[in-house]
Amino acid sequence: MSTTTPSSASGPSMTLDVSGTPKVPFTRLVGVELRKIYDTRAGRWLLGAIVLITAAIMTIFFFATDAPDRTFGNFIGISATPQGFLLPVLGVLLVTSEWSQRTAMVTFALEPSRGKVIAAKTIAALLFGIAAFVAALAVAALCTLLGGAEGGFDGIEGTLFGLFLALQLFTILQGVAYGLLLLNTPAAIVTLFVAPIASTIVFNLVSALRDLAPWLDLSTAQAPLFESFGGAGLTGEQYAQLGTTTLIWIVIPFVLGWLRVLRAEVK
Amino acid sequence: MIKVDRLTRTYGGFTAVDDVSFTCQPGRVTGFLGPNGAGKTTTMRIMVGLTPATRGTATIGGLDYHDIPNPGRHVGVLLDAGAQHAGRTGREILTLGAKTMGLPMSRVDEMLALVSLTDAEAKRRMRNYSLGMKQRLGIAHALLGDPSVLILDEPANGLDPAGIRWMRDLLKGYANRGGTVLLSSHLLNEVELVADEMILIGRGKIVAQGDKASLLAQSGPAASLVTSLDNERLAGALRAKGYAAAPAGSGLRVDAEPAEVGRAALEAGVVLTDLRSGARGLEDLFLELTAGTQREGHPEAATQLQEGAQA
Repeated sequence: MSTTTPSSASGPSMTLDVSGTPKVPFTRLVGVELRKIYDTRAGRWLLGAIVLITAAIMTIFFFATDAPDRTFGNFIGISATPQGFLLPVLGVLLVTSEWSQRTAMVTFALEPSRGKVIAAKTIAALLFGIAAFVAALAVAALCTLLGGAEGGFDGIEGTLFGLFLALQLFTILQGVAYGLLLLNTPAAIVTLFVAPIASTIVFNLVSALRDLAPWLDLSTAQAPLFESFGGAGLTGEQYAQLGTTTLIWIVIPFVLGWLRVLRAEVK
Repeated sequence: MIKVDRLTRTYGGFTAVDDVSFTCQPGRVTGFLGPNGAGKTTTMRIMVGLTPATRGTATIGGLDYHDIPNPGRHVGVLLDAGAQHAGRTGREILTLGAKTMGLPMSRVDEMLALVSLTDAEAKRRMRNYSLGMKQRLGIAHALLGDPSVLILDEPANGLDPAGIRWMRDLLKGYANRGGTVLLSSHLLNEVELVADEMILIGRGKIVAQGDKASLLAQSGPAASLVTSLDNERLAGALRAKGYAAAPAGSGLRVDAEPAEVGRAALEAGVVLTDLRSGARGLEDLFLELTAGTQREGHPEAATQLQEGAQA
């Protein structure tokens, strides 16, 4: 591997022998990005908060409801709120901390392909999202078994859980996207929380826009997903609305942010 | 090993790097010297692909930085020792680097030992590091992958005198083993002791380059300062040989090489008590060459400012 030790140079050569050096494998980059999530105190606090708040809110729900309401689906539904708030922050921080702490200079010097680094960060954030979802499933199953309703696991639909996981993952992507686009922690977090709420208010207040809301406003389009727990599935139109709002609020900012980082001067 | 060819970088109407060309040879330490804001850092950032060039190229070992696989194994980079996460420990910062490059973890301990950071210090978080400790950690990070090229921006900044000497020895040893070193500084005396080759830059343009002797050769005619037991007789002997000699302090200032003055003294039988070169030093040359580019406008002010900054 190390063919370039100064001592092994046979006479001054003006070229680098890189034939024995493979590129940095993508899996290794993902591993490093995963480590960056939890190797600071701030990161560990955020992860701890996600776990504790999820567990706490399920416990509260457990004691605040009567047995018939303690279904698996309800436990999962209740865990979505804190996770939906906190996981995207993790996505934001994974990107913006490289800029606020100026570690991007080191990261991109070790892996000049910025696209690979962004992809590794995105995958790392999504892996944490999946882990959080699996943890929520485990706690929810435990709660349901402990004191749940008769037939608490009835009517569990795989597609619904798939959709639910997808929703969580897209929320994380949204965090990563705003991080990439703004490259600034406070700005990205504020945008992440304020922009969708502001949009919902505008769409509800302006009557001319109200009909367009399910197609353009993120929370309006996602609402049926939360309501459908224990109820009917989504209609084709609702899927389409999820699609357009995801495109507008998540995919387009992600692509623009990606392009911004590729071109940015790393300071 | 490093080849910079007609490199230019503009920001709107401002030209930070203006048609800069130079090469850094393996086995040599190249000093990149210039006042603050002269374009040193921008040039180095372009070399490692963090800033795109407006025109021109910078290659390392014939390759564009982007085309070097696992570049940390070939090029050690330290652009800003402070550019690390304040909440990570020194050891963790090196661990992330080692993991990215695919190195065994023993390499982290080796590098910590090399830069004399103790176990306790390595466990401290970056925000509690002094500037000197950050520099040591940054140098450890640059050396992690056992690279053959080192690019260091102001590495001596914040080091104490012992630390500066340690780094000088480290870089000299590294170059002696065949490595290529490019280091920048705005302080001449930091560079002139370690660099085999010097590149002087001011306001984005290279104003002079070469080794110390060739730089001094351009710095004006030879001159000597001499003191003897009989200055008047020596002055007469020198004038007889056609050299101008004028009183200066307790001795004479002569427009000739010290060797010529010594020969004249020998022939005249005058005992010398002091004889040295009176040619202007590198510092005068540096200040003169960059005078047009100094913020202060005249070298005296710049000298005072530099001394103030060092204190």
